[in-house]
Amino acid sequence: MKSGSNLERLLERGEFVVTGELGPPKGPDANVVKEKAAMLKDHVDAVNITDNQSATVRMSSIAACKILIDEGLEPTMQMVARDRNRIAMMADLFGATALGIKNMLCLSGDHQIFGNHPEAKNVFDIDSIQMIHMVKTMRDEHKVICEDEIEGEFTMYIGAACNPFADPAWYRPHRLAKKVEAGVDFIQTQCIYDMNRFRAFMKQVVDMGLHEKCKILAGVTPLKSIGMARYMAANVSGIIIPDDMINRLRDAGKGNVAAEGIKILCEQMQELKDIEGVAGIHLMAIEWEHRVPEIMKMAGFLPRPTV
Amino acid sequence: MIVGERKPFSEILSMVEGDSKILILGCGSCVTVCMAGGEEEVKILGSQLRMAFRRNGNNAEVTELVALRQCDDEYLEDTPLIEKVKDADIVISMACGVGVQHASTFFNRVIDDKTIRVVPALNTTFMGANIDVGEWHERCLGCGDCVLEKTGGICPITRCAKSLLNGPCGGSFNGKCEVNKDTDCAWHLIIERLEALGELDNLKKIEMYKDWRPSHSGGPRKTVREDMKI
Repeated sequence: MKSGSNLERLLERGEFVVTGELGPPKGPDANVVKEKAAMLKDHVDAVNITDNQSATVRMSSIAACKILIDEGLEPTMQMVARDRNRIAMMADLFGATALGIKNMLCLSGDHQIFGNHPEAKNVFDIDSIQMIHMVKTMRDEHKVICEDEIEGEFTMYIGAACNPFADPAWYRPHRLAKKVEAGVDFIQTQCIYDMNRFRAFMKQVVDMGLHEKCKILAGVTPLKSIGMARYMAANVSGIIIPDDMINRLRDAGKGNVAAEGIKILCEQMQELKDIEGVAGIHLMAIEWEHRVPEIMKMAGFLPRPTV
Repeated sequence: MIVGERKPFSEILSMVEGDSKILILGCGSCVTVCMAGGEEEVKILGSQLRMAFRRNGNNAEVTELVALRQCDDEYLEDTPLIEKVKDADIVISMACGVGVQHASTFFNRVIDDKTIRVVPALNTTFMGANIDVGEWHERCLGCGDCVLEKTGGICPITRCAKSLLNGPCGGSFNGKCEVNKDTDCAWHLIIERLEALGELDNLKKIEMYKDWRPSHSGGPRKTVREDMKI
């Protein structure tokens, strides 16, 4: 066992897992985290806590993770390379383990230009692949980067992201291979809408045998409205939303778009389950946490397996 | 070369308020080539200042000079130039930040009877190349440990918005960087170049943590060539 987290145990047992996502509030109110956690509890197997997502200041991931643990959920702490150098990262990782955090996700991070402090200086001391290597070295060799011994036991189940739809497309599985070589345990992908392109990506991944070396969770996000779909397709890098999906939302008619969005999502979740190499789903229902129970029920993923 | 851009006129004007003898000192090197602080730009700034002063009924005197290089004593050790500096209340340097500092240090070393105030007329923007007429792009951050042999001659530290060393982030789309759609994704360029060079294997190797000590992170840097010292 890498950390003995529920996520790790379920994946190792071959269960098809579903992870959720929770964005901490833009302030210190623990109740916001608790309320969102209550909606996700028993409906997903672990919950990603974002780290100043979209480069917008929010409650720290590590603090929100601790609140989640106290509420009886298992968090996955996201960590971005944008805001911390290696010293701060390793210190926070010690703190995370001390607080009972057992899963993490290594990310480069959205550039600060997209957030609410575009005038900030970024760090990018190390990149996401080096971060994976750093955490693996800490866990498996009990050493920090400079090779000083770690006092006590450091454990972590190491995750990272992958965008199958970014360019150059042919290179993406090779970048994933690099993350595997660096020591990643699980991968959560960017939101998938173009299922054909994702299938082609997974075929390459399976041909390279990467699915046997790490667990791949397919990322999905419900489309709440046609406006959101168009906005994401136009503004979020690597998001490709097929026209027939947008047409389905439009044809659903006024008042029925969100329900159609959920229906599409549930169909996607079922399809993803049958794609070779996909070990689970990462459900990013951002600011739609209250719809997660309904989505999980409709998609036929309840009840969740127990460890 | 070092690329600079002239500061807005209002900002320069506010630096010389109350001064009656103003010396504008251009630089004949990099900033001449990038048309920001050479002879022509000195003349333009001089004319702008004189016009502004005349409009305000200010009798300030504006003198224009150019040193071939403000970042080297050799080009500042010029008696008529030093006399002009001594005579001025303020020197507006049109050099890059290196030139401004060096000229300031030099003049204050060789002139004993007063402290010389040197202010910048330019914002020093980057080390870059001339890409097109009137267009310069950043190419080097001076990190002190060049990796260009591994990246097909394209610098990811400078040209990737996140200085990533192990390939493109998820924001690379149609060869462009998500931070600015007008900017090429450095890693896209690197991959294309390595493919053409038959060096794609470089991409498979994990590039380990960078030692930032040779960069500015290690503090202000200096190069000492003992073999060149007299």
